[in-house]
Amino acid sequence: MEILMSIVSGILFMCATYLILSRSLLRVIIGTVLLSHGAHLMILTMGGLKQGTVPLLGENASSYTDPLPQALILTAIVISFGVTALFLVLAYRSYQELKTDDMNDLKGCEDDE
Amino acid sequence: MSNYVILPILIPLLTGIILMFFSRNVTASRIISVVSSLLLVGVSGYLVHLVKVNGILTHEVGEWKPPFGIVLVADMLSALLVLTTSIIGLCCILFSFRSIGIERERFYFYSFVQFMIVGVTGAFLTGDLFNLFVFFEVMLMSSYVLIALGGTKLQLRESLKYILVNVVSSALFVIAVGFLYSVVGTLNIADLSVRVAEADQPGIVTAIAMLLFVVFAVKGALFPLYFWLPGSYKAPPSVVTALFGALLTKVGVYAIFRVFFIIFYHDPSFTHTIIGYVCLFTIVAGCIGAIAYWDVEKIVIYNIVIAVGVITYGVTLTTEAGVSGALYYLIHDMIIKAALFLLAGAMFTITGTHSAKKMGGLIKRHPLLGWMFFIAVISLAGIPPLSGFIGKFLLVQGAAESHSYLFMAILLLSSLVVLYSVIKVFIHAFWREPKLTAQEEKGSPKGLLLPIALLLALSVFLGVGAEMVSPYISDAAKTLMNPSIYIDAVLKE
Repeated sequence: MEILMSIVSGILFMCATYLILSRSLLRVIIGTVLLSHGAHLMILTMGGLKQGTVPLLGENASSYTDPLPQALILTAIVISFGVTALFLVLAYRSYQELKTDDMNDLKGCEDDE
Repeated sequence: MSNYVILPILIPLLTGIILMFFSRNVTASRIISVVSSLLLVGVSGYLVHLVKVNGILTHEVGEWKPPFGIVLVADMLSALLVLTTSIIGLCCILFSFRSIGIERERFYFYSFVQFMIVGVTGAFLTGDLFNLFVFFEVMLMSSYVLIALGGTKLQLRESLKYILVNVVSSALFVIAVGFLYSVVGTLNIADLSVRVAEADQPGIVTAIAMLLFVVFAVKGALFPLYFWLPGSYKAPPSVVTALFGALLTKVGVYAIFRVFFIIFYHDPSFTHTIIGYVCLFTIVAGCIGAIAYWDVEKIVIYNIVIAVGVITYGVTLTTEAGVSGALYYLIHDMIIKAALFLLAGAMFTITGTHSAKKMGGLIKRHPLLGWMFFIAVISLAGIPPLSGFIGKFLLVQGAAESHSYLFMAILLLSSLVVLYSVIKVFIHAFWREPKLTAQEEKGSPKGLLLPIALLLALSVFLGVGAEMVSPYISDAAKTLMNPSIYIDAVLKE
């Protein structure tokens, strides 16, 4: 199971890299979202996918899944949600101000000598 | 008593929250910011004293014993960096009163500065790898807002790139933490150190160490990964750049120090060799940039790159002189880079341009500014009575003791380049015929000089009072070089 999950998150990383290297800003943002999906899936896999019940003490089971990676992912999800929201609004603002979403047109600095 | 360690995080956090309610009232915001910053300076100064007297202070958040809970650790290095951060924060806030403009001030500028300080002090004080990630994000998110605040075209364009680079490096950080957790099963730095030493898988651990190095090298702007820095730091107002240049990259450097001294010291012939060469290339790349430009801010920005390379090379030095040299240089560089960016800001206020070629004869009407810039220049280059000298001297001594002669040569040559790059600005901007008459000047540097003078006084003190400062620095170096001191203090074995 871990091997399958590793391959899946590998594919996510691959798509993310491809999208981040593209010219349209929205594709880049979709790439960052896929990248964080890949990273979160990676933590879950790395914590181990052993059989066990949900980490709720009320279940009275003999074994539970590891709760720590789940807490880490929850933290990472809200952080990347916040950053993605900011990134999207910023992309919207720069579309309004700069009239383009092409990363190639966003090059350089006016006062470069 | 042990709760004391949390105060440098708590004070700016509470201030930031309170400031959100006073965003429309600029006078109140200013007063609250300054009072809280002064308080933070006092508290961090006392923290340094406590660590000096009692050794490493730890605070177990919520009484959970490490490695199960989050633990905050103030060793001498963290305490000194927190103190430096608080002083730079205070000076930048004072500078922003007369330079940032009412529009930005009304849009939560002071809150975001406080939140950024929370992130920086938190990153210095934490004893947990994932918690370090969270504090990185606190710091970075405030910096995203500070870089975009104001919404000029240049700022929007550069903030897009800055956010993209940092989102990618944060994802890599999360992945590295996941890998490390699967190998050793813990996230507490002290416990990690113990378990990495016990784990019998040097290959995979070295790979994770290098992944973490890549992450921190992006944050700290080391050689192949510094490409984002010049554009991004050029965009925001000078005072924001001063905060970034003094604090953000240095947090990356601090994380490299922490991780490679405390956790990954098992395979230095592989990891430390790579780090060494990366640093040498960083210094060379920074030197090329510093010579190439005529833009005052760009020159200082490339000087950050040089300094980051010089400091990070300290990781590979094996003697106490070398490590204390790197730490001395780290603290000196934080202060002097803040001062230089503020000076660049003051020059921009007067002339309305960043290009040294378009300025001229500023010293006629602004002698104080001119001589302050001169002091900053010679301190940056490392002329004996000032603070840059001691750090470089110890680094050269450490390099000689560890037989890193290539580093020694590049360090000394880079000092010449640094001196040339900034003295070029001094000669063109302050000497020659004046280009602007009194009426043509865009603004006056009144009120901007006080915070710069504070920073420069501190820099002079670090140089002249080296005898007083060096016991603290060598304490910090000792803790770094003997991870067992750190581990024993945290795990209480």
